[in-house]
Amino acid sequence: MNEKELGCPNESRRSFLKKTTAITAVALTPAAAINAANNHWDEHIAAAIENVSLSVEINGSKHTMDIDPRTSLLDLLRENLHLTGTKKGCDYGQCGACTVHVNGERVLSCLTLAATADGAQVTTIEGLANGDELHPMQTAFIKHDGFQCGYCTPGQIMSAVACIREGHAGSRDEIREYMSGNICRCGAYPNIVDAIEEVQKGGQKI
Amino acid sequence: MNLFQYVRPAEQKSAIAAVASGPTAKFLGGGTNLLDLMKRNIMHPEKLVDITRLPLKGITRQGNTIRISALTRNTEVAEDKTILQNIPLLAMAINQGASAQIRNMATVGGNLLQRTRCPYFYDTAMPCNKREPGTGCGALEGFNRMHAIFGFSDKCIAVNPSDMNVALRALDATIVVSGPKGERKIPIADFHRLPGDTPEKDTNLDKNELITAVTIPISPFSKNSYYLKVRDRNSYAFALVSVAAALNMDGNTIKEARLAMGGVAHKPWRLTEAEKALAGKPATEENFKQAAQIAFQGAKAFKYNQFKLKLGPNAIVQALSVASGLKQV
Repeated sequence: MNEKELGCPNESRRSFLKKTTAITAVALTPAAAINAANNHWDEHIAAAIENVSLSVEINGSKHTMDIDPRTSLLDLLRENLHLTGTKKGCDYGQCGACTVHVNGERVLSCLTLAATADGAQVTTIEGLANGDELHPMQTAFIKHDGFQCGYCTPGQIMSAVACIREGHAGSRDEIREYMSGNICRCGAYPNIVDAIEEVQKGGQKI
Repeated sequence: MNLFQYVRPAEQKSAIAAVASGPTAKFLGGGTNLLDLMKRNIMHPEKLVDITRLPLKGITRQGNTIRISALTRNTEVAEDKTILQNIPLLAMAINQGASAQIRNMATVGGNLLQRTRCPYFYDTAMPCNKREPGTGCGALEGFNRMHAIFGFSDKCIAVNPSDMNVALRALDATIVVSGPKGERKIPIADFHRLPGDTPEKDTNLDKNELITAVTIPISPFSKNSYYLKVRDRNSYAFALVSVAAALNMDGNTIKEARLAMGGVAHKPWRLTEAEKALAGKPATEENFKQAAQIAFQGAKAFKYNQFKLKLGPNAIVQALSVASGLKQV
């Protein structure tokens, strides 16, 4: 579907969807608001009262906002900040497609509450390249055909960079073990291992 | 996911008070299990008390005891020099659980409280006495391939999914907890429960108690220990069966043995009788086979997990063989 098919011509599908869930502030106590939401009275009113403030640095830019406490870091990136490079695969911590770095460590953004990332530094696939110059791992994935459909690729690359930084890319077996949290349904695994091995052997600081 | 209140108290005392003030409030650590269960509408706390900023991190050695603070991440434990030097079994077990990303997030306290991965517990369309007491057990007559062979009841045949817990059971860990009434220490043997008539209770931790640390005595097993995990794929899968084996050897003679299993019961399962049978014996395959046979007296399988009655003893023999140095991996 075209991004502009919904809503007015100058509005993206995402911002249109966000506006349709716009909220009205009504004076309710938090407990009453939660009660209202859990009884499906008016979830949006309740959410407005219970929002959590968050300040987080993403790819070097600081963002300060109020969010629904239920927001995962993955949804914050994709829906609130429109950084759609990070992918939602299973949303249950089983596939690794949503892998990002929080304070330098690879984590699953789908199982991270955005509120808990308050004050953290987050790096996503969008933050890996240096301007137009691809990160060595991105270049290696292209060279070795480390993907087919490409959906798992941002998570694979974020995980691969961490795998080398952690010192867990010493052999093909070790790479396989430490990349096991990233599932590729196309089965590009041998080429992914090739790409990581090449970057590791290249010895450059990544 | 239900709506919940999110709070982040600065102190342990206020965090405990925040959980105590909400009947369904929960502590939030790494969140890798709790958020998953909330997304699936299996758990619906009214309040999450974020404890990740509390100063409950790090690994210290005090005399002959290693103390791991509860919010220490699984990766940190598995790569810690003190752990690797003194209790490598724990590092081996942790490294065979989950994925690198999840181990970076998951805490030691949270791993102790990991809930079962029984598919009937996860499927809200199915009966489950653990999820909804009184509705029945879907696994009993269902697809029970992953299920228990020891210590189950007719109310629940689920297993504890943790690898770390199996190593902690073999190493005689103690769980330090803090609650509104103060601190208490729970030996790991008494921490997790068997299902009995109350499978909804996984552990003997009170609702308002917070795990603050795990302590482990340093014992002379570091040279001869091994964690064997058998699973459907080589990595990133829950155990069909797993074995933590730790031996104190004098030459080829076993002075003392520790054996615990995962994937076989509602709690990490210690094989005390088999341990006794090994004490004072030479490390031979014959003796290992005998110990495995003793360990499996009383095991009972269901329709789809009959294979565990053979796989389990074989895994025990293999783990003991590697731990003793009889076999190389």
